Amino acid sequence: MYVYDDFDQRIINERVAQFQDQMNRYLDGKIPEEEFLPLRLQNGIYVQRYAPMLRIAVPYGMLNSQQLRKMAEIARDYDRGYAHFSTRQNLQYNWPKLEECPEILGKLAEVQMHAVQTSGNCIRNTTTDEYAGVIAEELVDPRPYCEIIRQWSTFHPEFAFLPRKFKIAVNSVEGADRAATRMHDVGIQIIRNDAGELGYRVYAGGGLGRTPILSSVVREFLPEEDLLTYLDAIIRVYNQFGRRDNKYKARIKILVKALGVERFSELVEAEWEHLKDGDGKLPSEELERIKSHFTEPDYLALEADPSTYTDALASDKAFARWVERNVRAHKKPGYAVATFALKQKGTAPGDVTDSQIFAFADLADKYSFGEARSTHQQNLVLADVEQAKLYALWQEAKALGLATPTLGLLTDMICCPGGDFCALANAKSLPIAEALQNEFDDLDYLHDLGDIDLNISGCMNACGHHHIGNIGILGVDKKGEEFYQVSLGGASGEDAAVGKILGPSFARNRMAEIIRTILDVYVDQRIDGESFIETFRRIGMDAFKAAVYPAKDSQAKA
Amino acid sequence: MTQIILDKQIANDEWTLVADDAPLSSNKEVINFSRWAAAEGADKDALVTKRDAGTLGIQLNAGDTADLLANESQGFALINVEFPKFADGRGYSAARLLRERFGYTGQLRAVGDVLFDQLFFMMRCGFNAMAMRADQDLDLAVKGFETFSAPYQADVNDTRPLFRRRS
Ligand code: HEM
Ligand code: SF4
Repeated sequence: MYVYDDFDQRIINERVAQFQDQMNRYLDGKIPEEEFLPLRLQNGIYVQRYAPMLRIAVPYGMLNSQQLRKMAEIARDYDRGYAHFSTRQNLQYNWPKLEECPEILGKLAEVQMHAVQTSGNCIRNTTTDEYAGVIAEELVDPRPYCEIIRQWSTFHPEFAFLPRKFKIAVNSVEGADRAATRMHDVGIQIIRNDAGELGYRVYAGGGLGRTPILSSVVREFLPEEDLLTYLDAIIRVYNQFGRRDNKYKARIKILVKALGVERFSELVEAEWEHLKDGDGKLPSEELERIKSHFTEPDYLALEADPSTYTDALASDKAFARWVERNVRAHKKPGYAVATFALKQKGTAPGDVTDSQIFAFADLADKYSFGEARSTHQQNLVLADVEQAKLYALWQEAKALGLATPTLGLLTDMICCPGGDFCALANAKSLPIAEALQNEFDDLDYLHDLGDIDLNISGCMNACGHHHIGNIGILGVDKKGEEFYQVSLGGASGEDAAVGKILGPSFARNRMAEIIRTILDVYVDQRIDGESFIETFRRIGMDAFKAAVYPAKDSQAKA
Repeated sequence: MTQIILDKQIANDEWTLVADDAPLSSNKEVINFSRWAAAEGADKDALVTKRDAGTLGIQLNAGDTADLLANESQGFALINVEFPKFADGRGYSAARLLRERFGYTGQLRAVGDVLFDQLFFMMRCGFNAMAMRADQDLDLAVKGFETFSAPYQADVNDTRPLFRRRS
């Protein structure tokens, strides 16, 4: 993991001091509300329905146990004993006191954490594959590039007031995209060219929100050392020409679409001509310096699938089930990557209590070299666990309520905070998640359904990624009442797609039944081992429509 | 006389912005870029003469990108870059381009919705002057330049990113 040097630490400390000063001036009435807004946003503070929320950056999802403990401490001392992992791999506090936020940021700085640019119209936290560095399929570890981007984007003097927020994702696996790269303003795919040199395919103009768009290729191959100058060029073009008259048309996706990707690329290339041979080009020493922070931990030479492990699998069905869903192969023999779902019945997806975080930090120390990761599906990962110790780990995690064997299954939903917390919501989203969790609590049924992404957003801002859920649920307002629109066929990953609307929306109390009907169609129609999305792609929307809106309804209307 | 910040000090503003249809005198005056761009023939000659005498400044307003002025910028004694709203960040790119690409070395001034918490960014992007919004406290403002002692990026004042300064 990256470890701050004196420079990094000083920058973060100075940031805390700056924000403390801004807060003091605000509380003294010297900064009006409207001008304090971007300042607090750039320090992660939103003011929401009931209280301010504080969003802490977890750069590309990496956490060590010391940081986890600090987060737990803050949840205990400054919040109501819990915190929320977001779909940006970040951590959110829902109930901090506004005036205490600088103090919280000071505590975070002690463990090399911050809330820099987690909100506001600036470059946000860069995200990547939650399995970075531990899987055999990846080309190289993407995290050094994320860290390079983090440093470059932190208080970038030119890009602090962009037309709209700006998100970058990095992926280093061909054929799988756990970072939803093409849904980002800029997507960086790490590749090798024909000569075997390392570099990137650069995408721009993706995004969710009101107008979901997959990004387009701006450059097929960019050499490794040119990462930052090229990003400077893209964002400089965006900063000058992105729309500022309408916040719903201000994302880079709209600019790329309006200009056409060819013209946009021409502008970027012309800008880059001026920048590419300047001091912003990454020297190989800097690449090496950053990469040296992401070396392998001291792995033991182990045999794969030791008998202690295979015996436990054979004798304990519940353990085997958890392994089947939540554990994946590690690049080193005898190790495994384990995911802990933060999707317990009765709590909001992504929520964890302070004591769960404390305990999880202990598990990280005991089983995984003191490191953990957060994922954009709002789960936690221990990435370097010995297979021989998985059984013991599972038992401990189970006692903490963190071992539901449901990764990737229906109940492993993504859900935004919705109307319970968010002032922009059209409808509540958490009660839908809860209703579905209650309706579908039969593990055999869930496992039989297999992989399926169900995503819920409380409004078209799409924080819950409903567009790219195989089943998407969107809260809509119908004459002041909360209704829910269902879309099908969305997907993230390599074959990313935006879902299509099934038809008229439903009242909240019908949602469980509607989802059940949709699942019945799938179960009925699937052929050998097809996943939900595969069946959907084969049979199309009509079969689902027919089941959900039976003919008599439409006759009644006609 | 109105006061501005010039080279991190409080200073008197010697310049006046004139309306597009107002006649020009021999005083230090600033015109909008659109007036400069539209001028032809004798009008343009008069502006060029005034510019060369060091008494004509030009103002880039919202939406005027730096490349419209490009190397022509070099002759002016003053360029204003307007920030119509503090959240409108186009002026930062304009300033960097004027300084770094188009070789502008005269006074580069941020005008409009210019507030304390932008000063550090502005300085880094090459502004050496700021006409702050009327309600801002200038004595406080001149302290706004020291927020970060060693930022990550290159900027107009130091072309080396931190990774070329670290050791
Ligand atoms: C409760 C306060 C929140 C508010 C007011 C809020 C507001 C918004 C808005 C306005 C957008 C649309 C931006 C645009 O398309 O230009 C958005 C997008 C998004 N938000 Fe939130 N959000 C909130 C909480 C969250 C939380 C808790 C998460 C994570 C669980 C989240 C994750 C996202 C994501 C992933 C997007 C989509 C980004 C994209 O368009 O590419 N938000 N949010
Ligand atoms: S999707 Fe809408 S309701 Fe949900 S958090 Fe985002 S803005 Fe709020």
